[in-house]
Amino acid sequence: MSTPTRTAIALTVNGEATDVAFAGYKTLLEVLREDLNLCGTKHGCELGECGACAVLLDGQPVLSCLVLGADCDGRSVTTVEGLAADGRLHPLQETFADLGAAQCGYCTPGFLVTAKALLDEHPHPTRDQVREALSGNLCRCTGYQQIFEAVEAAIEGIR
Amino acid sequence: MNIIGRPRRRVDGRAKVTGQTIFADDLMLPRTVHCKLLRSTLPHARIVRLDVSRAAAHPGVHLVLTGRDFPIPYGILPVSQDEHALAVDRVRFTGDPVAAVIARDELTAFEALDLVDVEYEPLRTFATPDESLAHDAPRIHEYGDRGNIHKLVSLAFGDVDAAFRAADRVFEDTFFYQGSTHLPIEQHAAVAARDPDGKLVLWSSTQTPHYVHRALAKALAMPAAHIRVIATPNGGGFGGKSDPFNHEIVVAKAALLLDRPVKICLTREEVFYCHRGRHPVLMKLRTGVTRDGAIVGMDVQTLLDGGAYGSYGVASTFYTGALQTVTYHIPAYRFQGCRVFTNKPPCGPKRGHGTPQTRFGQEIQLDKIAEALAIDPADLRLRIVEQPETLTANYLRVGTIGLEECIRRVTRAADWSARHRRLPYGRGVGLACSSYLSGAGLPIYWNDMPHSGVQLKLDRSGGVTAFCGATEIGQGSDDVLVACVAEVLGIDPLDVRAVTGDTDLTPVDLGSYSSRVTLMMGNAAIQAAERARDLLAEAASRKLGAPKARLVFADRRVFDTENPGVAMTFAEAVCAAEAAFGTIGTTGSYTPPRSAARFKGGGVGPSPAYSYSAAIVEAEVDPETGWIHVPRVWIAHDIGRALNPTLVRGQVEGSVYMALGEALMEEQTFRRLPARLSHALVHKFPSMLEYKSPTTLDMPEVFTELVEHPDPRGPFGAKEVGQGPLLPVMPAVANAVYDAIGVRIDEVPITPEKIVKALEAKAAGKPARYGPARFPDVPWPEALQVPPPWEGGDGTATNPARTPKAGQEVVRS
Repeated sequence: MSTPTRTAIALTVNGEATDVAFAGYKTLLEVLREDLNLCGTKHGCELGECGACAVLLDGQPVLSCLVLGADCDGRSVTTVEGLAADGRLHPLQETFADLGAAQCGYCTPGFLVTAKALLDEHPHPTRDQVREALSGNLCRCTGYQQIFEAVEAAIEGIR
Repeated sequence: MNIIGRPRRRVDGRAKVTGQTIFADDLMLPRTVHCKLLRSTLPHARIVRLDVSRAAAHPGVHLVLTGRDFPIPYGILPVSQDEHALAVDRVRFTGDPVAAVIARDELTAFEALDLVDVEYEPLRTFATPDESLAHDAPRIHEYGDRGNIHKLVSLAFGDVDAAFRAADRVFEDTFFYQGSTHLPIEQHAAVAARDPDGKLVLWSSTQTPHYVHRALAKALAMPAAHIRVIATPNGGGFGGKSDPFNHEIVVAKAALLLDRPVKICLTREEVFYCHRGRHPVLMKLRTGVTRDGAIVGMDVQTLLDGGAYGSYGVASTFYTGALQTVTYHIPAYRFQGCRVFTNKPPCGPKRGHGTPQTRFGQEIQLDKIAEALAIDPADLRLRIVEQPETLTANYLRVGTIGLEECIRRVTRAADWSARHRRLPYGRGVGLACSSYLSGAGLPIYWNDMPHSGVQLKLDRSGGVTAFCGATEIGQGSDDVLVACVAEVLGIDPLDVRAVTGDTDLTPVDLGSYSSRVTLMMGNAAIQAAERARDLLAEAASRKLGAPKARLVFADRRVFDTENPGVAMTFAEAVCAAEAAFGTIGTTGSYTPPRSAARFKGGGVGPSPAYSYSAAIVEAEVDPETGWIHVPRVWIAHDIGRALNPTLVRGQVEGSVYMALGEALMEEQTFRRLPARLSHALVHKFPSMLEYKSPTTLDMPEVFTELVEHPDPRGPFGAKEVGQGPLLPVMPAVANAVYDAIGVRIDEVPITPEKIVKALEAKAAGKPARYGPARFPDVPWPEALQVPPPWEGGDGTATNPARTPKAGQEVVRS
């Protein structure tokens, strides 16, 4: 029987100071979903292939299935639950909802945080930059076109 | 119309962008234990010994189940009840579940799988249809038409041979369509528990809660009234979550035994083995035409590699031959289909269900015919488009047909005549067309009840709750339900709450398959809403003193059209109606029209309405490397009416995307492990990295045209859009490749290797193509003869249906 040692870390999750203890083998994805009840972050492969589990770690998009929870001590994590602020959805959330960029919605959290990281770094990306930034996120529903349009429409909203 | 036809945020849009949609694996119930399945490592074997004692003794393990716990078989089709939740004494494909471990957490369950001792006696493995046709023994199943042939179909509508003799030209081609899988981003997951009354609840990522409900009742030998199935929103379905699955039945049984919630979430690798995806199909098409391109007869033969279980396979087999006649006028038609069992994950319904394969062949063959007759491919199709309000040779009643306009719109948008055969070497355009059902006309199990039901509850607040068994799989079915109700009642979509996919709470809707939900649920919703509106109008008329016929429902108000000041709010109208008639609740239901087909097998193909699509694909092909790039796709879709154009466009573009995956890269294929290992037949690449699917970098620009001529059978005139637009894209890619470099790739996926090989063949003076050379001998039974309507037929066969048995004389093709 496995008796994994528990790891305790202190980190910032969606702006809130958070202490959490978990079995040491757990990935950030598992810690978020199972120990912090933040189920907005999804999993599609748990091998780093689909992008559904993307979150921002210190502002950079990472695949949370490939990050050990133990490595997140003292760091800052943003998930889909942390995109809205002051009771208002992030412009990307508004445009994704309005323009058909979320169909089944399962890949959507990963797309949203990845797109946010892009717009944080490049406020006016070209279509090719949008394609490139989102190329690690798979979506089986939309054909991506409405996602591109939603990201581009959000640029206006942010400005 | 205030809601219908306007681009609009879907009702569940906010939930999806805030991460608040609760998918099956997001359910976290107290005291949950976790399930893992031990899967067969061999493709075909007898289980000689199965000892779970070490696993059961492992600390943290609560329960171990085996095939002995599941003696009753089940399956989606009544004619193919060939699955057990866990293998009883035989495994039929690598990945067939053998035992289940339920433990305190996933890791412990996973560890305990290694402690299950299984001894197998390997059996001959059938890896290809050729092998299954060649050897009747051992049989993979003890049922089926003979040996390892699951299903043989042979139907003749008119005298095709006579038509061919009279034709100016007869074209014969063979094509191969490789299998592919759905690859929803959400892996299948399910949670089962006893409710406080002791009854069973199953939450599952399923497209068909009603059928899962029936399968659970059967497999667990429980009263269905004590089982509740709740379909959680699916994180993508595409047909892959339409069967009742092993893991659903296993966790249900475990929850009953343990009296605590049991959860399972499949790994991505397991999803590849669950499959139920596109059947690999080898096909031979013979088409007779006149000099000016009219089709005089068509003869289709298909051979489906079914994998290890029946699944939807009988229906899939019929679908490979059902819809050819719906697009183009075919006065004489013969279809022969054969599905064989092989020791691979079972195939089933994937977007387009059985029709994309033959559509691929038919549309490439038409391109060849057009060239041989020196007719433009678009012009050829315009000449032969089926007439609206027609009964086809195989007794499909076709209503509105927007295909002609689809062709005209798409050729105009793509500047077809300026580009086809006119682009420089290496660049080309290709055209193809298609049609699809707006819902299967017959239910999966025979009955006379409605296919979809909607109940409305009207609250004094003016809020309305709409209950329907339909299942939200991302396509927007909740939004269609809400939009139809809100439009009729003149309220805001957000005033309507949708409660869907719950067998305890919602009236039956058969499920999200066959593109049936919008048409069937939509009609049921309109009927329920009209009945509610009628009650409210009656009460409001009395209260306002205005004639009922003059009352209009809009902007959350009920008012007299001739005197808009005479008005009340919608909520006041509900209160008035409740005071007058008691609690306000209404129902609506939908049953498709009766099919004209009365022959055996005529149940597959009928639909209340058919959608049509035409696509033009532009391709750039590097003749050195064979590398193919698709920069642009134009597609026109005959939708009848777009209820929410934003969602309709999403379905069209998503179909184009999935079609390009199948056309260019996706393959569900298998290989033998080395002999020094098990020699087992395993999936070549059961991972999302190696199973190639299009990324953002691969997706072309898509130009979508919606053709809107409301169909009287659809809700507000709507027809389907979820599957049809996928169908023309694969053959349009193949036709574009031919236009670009002059070689025919008669199979998918169209890969650089195949293009290079075809170019090499051309350079060597051989036929400039890559594709299958032959169609094997199949022991076709005598065809059922059904005279078409124009030969005085009434939809019945003139000879009895026969099924050949092994050793019996059969007609060889």
